[in-house]
Amino acid sequence: MATPLVEMKDISISFGGIKAVDHVSVDLYPGEVVGLLGHNGAGKSTLIKILSGAYKADAGEIRVNGEKVEIHNPREARDLNIETIYQTLALADNLDAASNLFLGRELITPMGLIDDAAMEAECRKIMGRLNPNFRKFAEPVSALSGGQRQSVAIARAVYFNAKILIMDEPTAALGPHETQMVSDLIQKLKAEGIGIFLIDHDVHAVMELCDRASVMKNGELVGTVNIDEVTDDDLLSMIILGKNPAAAA
Amino acid sequence: MADTTSPTAATVVTKSKFQELELDLRLLGMIGALVLLCIGFNLMTDGRFLTPRNIFNLSIQTVSVAIMACGMVFIIVTRHIDLSVGALLATCSAIMAMLQTQWLPQTLGLGLGNPMIWVIAIVLGLVAGTAIGAFQGWLVGYLTIPAFIVTLGGFLVWRNVAWYLTDGQTIGPLDANFLKLGGINGTLGTTWSWVLGAVAAAAAVWALVNARRAKVNYGFPTKPVWAEAVMATISVGAILGFIATLNAYTIPERRLERMFEARGEIMPEGLIVGYGVPISVLLLLAVALVLTVVARKTRFGRYIFATGGNPDAAELSGINTRWLTVKVFALMGFLCALSAVVASARLANHSNDIGTLDELRVIAAAVIGGTALAGGSGTIYGAILGALIMQALQSGMAMVGVDAPFQNIVVGSVLVLAVLLDIVYRKRVGVK
Repeated sequence: MATPLVEMKDISISFGGIKAVDHVSVDLYPGEVVGLLGHNGAGKSTLIKILSGAYKADAGEIRVNGEKVEIHNPREARDLNIETIYQTLALADNLDAASNLFLGRELITPMGLIDDAAMEAECRKIMGRLNPNFRKFAEPVSALSGGQRQSVAIARAVYFNAKILIMDEPTAALGPHETQMVSDLIQKLKAEGIGIFLIDHDVHAVMELCDRASVMKNGELVGTVNIDEVTDDDLLSMIILGKNPAAAA
Repeated sequence: MADTTSPTAATVVTKSKFQELELDLRLLGMIGALVLLCIGFNLMTDGRFLTPRNIFNLSIQTVSVAIMACGMVFIIVTRHIDLSVGALLATCSAIMAMLQTQWLPQTLGLGLGNPMIWVIAIVLGLVAGTAIGAFQGWLVGYLTIPAFIVTLGGFLVWRNVAWYLTDGQTIGPLDANFLKLGGINGTLGTTWSWVLGAVAAAAAVWALVNARRAKVNYGFPTKPVWAEAVMATISVGAILGFIATLNAYTIPERRLERMFEARGEIMPEGLIVGYGVPISVLLLLAVALVLTVVARKTRFGRYIFATGGNPDAAELSGINTRWLTVKVFALMGFLCALSAVVASARLANHSNDIGTLDELRVIAAAVIGGTALAGGSGTIYGAILGALIMQALQSGMAMVGVDAPFQNIVVGSVLVLAVLLDIVYRKRVGVK
């Protein structure tokens, strides 16, 4: 089998004596969607924040394309083509879509000033691809709907050629139509060979979108299963009871 | 879908002529308030308020607070506060006053009046202000002490460092070249003022044309040409009107005579010379211009606003928000030092109470100018207008003869009222 895009091995982190993530290992291959499931507080978001550079693991190692890497901050994660779409969206509400799209990586004129016109043009281009109905380029993103905000956040990841995409409940705040839009987008990105970690509560969404699922409970990994080989109920019992069907069988 | 044609198609909504100007309503409100204030005071003082002389004085009195208010905008936008600006101004002023009257002439042996003295004093003063600001920023950003506490401490510390440095004495007279930066002692004269006005007017028109050209290049929607022309006319008119007013304030005959005597010449009969633009006002305009460009067109400025809008988002976008805090406070410190130059040069000496209560005037100017204490929004021109409104209010009341306690009561009430209006405005416009 090919080398995985990402391997997280034996990752542990604790906050004030509480083990938020306890010796968890997950991996991700190109063109694959791996779901991360679990209750609130199971440690999914914490695990993924270690990969995106927001937290530093106490123990364990991360390999990207087979090479061991150290990720100290979000910028270093981005340099490894790891892009994250956060649950809270991580948009600056007072700035417009283009400013958010390029936040931290602004386009610069030869004189060293921000090239707003070029950024807006690029923003219009990519939004035309992802969400052709998007119009509000001049307004601050606080004026956008949940789906529009989500498409800005996704555009940000896609525009900068993410190889590894982390999505933290990308459809949590969206209506049915917008959810469908995000699903289509995930399929599109998958076809381009991008590996996606999808964090979700919703078992049905995971069954529909993911190839594999890793389930966490109380900071520990319950198990990783191929979606083809399990039912909704299997996943639910993993989440609720912490029972691994493979081990039980 | 063809991307370039769709936005224009979507925005074909009939607009009134007024809407097509795309004016900033908040800006318009502030200018309106200032104009009303000026007209009101002018009526109450039988036309003494809106004379070239008083407008000249208003301008030079506003500069010190306005320069600091520009920095305060960045501080407040990043969700911090700086209560130490008045005290920091005093420390910088004390350092520069001691440098030019005692340390440099006596210790280093540069004679009094040496042409290098004022340069060295100012440079060291600016360095000191920047360093102190950066230190406070480090306490806030890296040691995560709340800015309110750090600068409340700084308020006491720097006020009394200034006292210690000068033994509480008034230090003066200051260097003659240094005094030119204070206002009345250093102006451009009428000719250079007109040159400056012409350049500024040309730059304003060029900026409008350039912005429009960029929009057209990318196929973005633009305002109608007549609207741009109206804006250009108003800008040029305002610039040239301001220059003409300052030029119309003429140097009193006696003073002019003495100036000629000092140069060993005799004044020609009936000579009339206007002051023109004070160098201190020029400094403020330069600060405003540079900081507006910083706010809108540099990464530093963009990160300031992003951090104010959503600190977590900024951090996750790879912005080093701690270092940003240090830089913002360092800039504030630099501007305090610059204000110290203007303030002490205007008064011709350093007094122990220089800059007292300035922190409140500066914060009030920024807030009246539309800077939201919640962070994420504010403009440089707003802060300057805010400072101008405060100064107009204060000197207007003094001219009308309002008792001193009532002056402060009114200023305080106006601050609260301005913030209330701002909240109402934001709710109605629907921005957070």
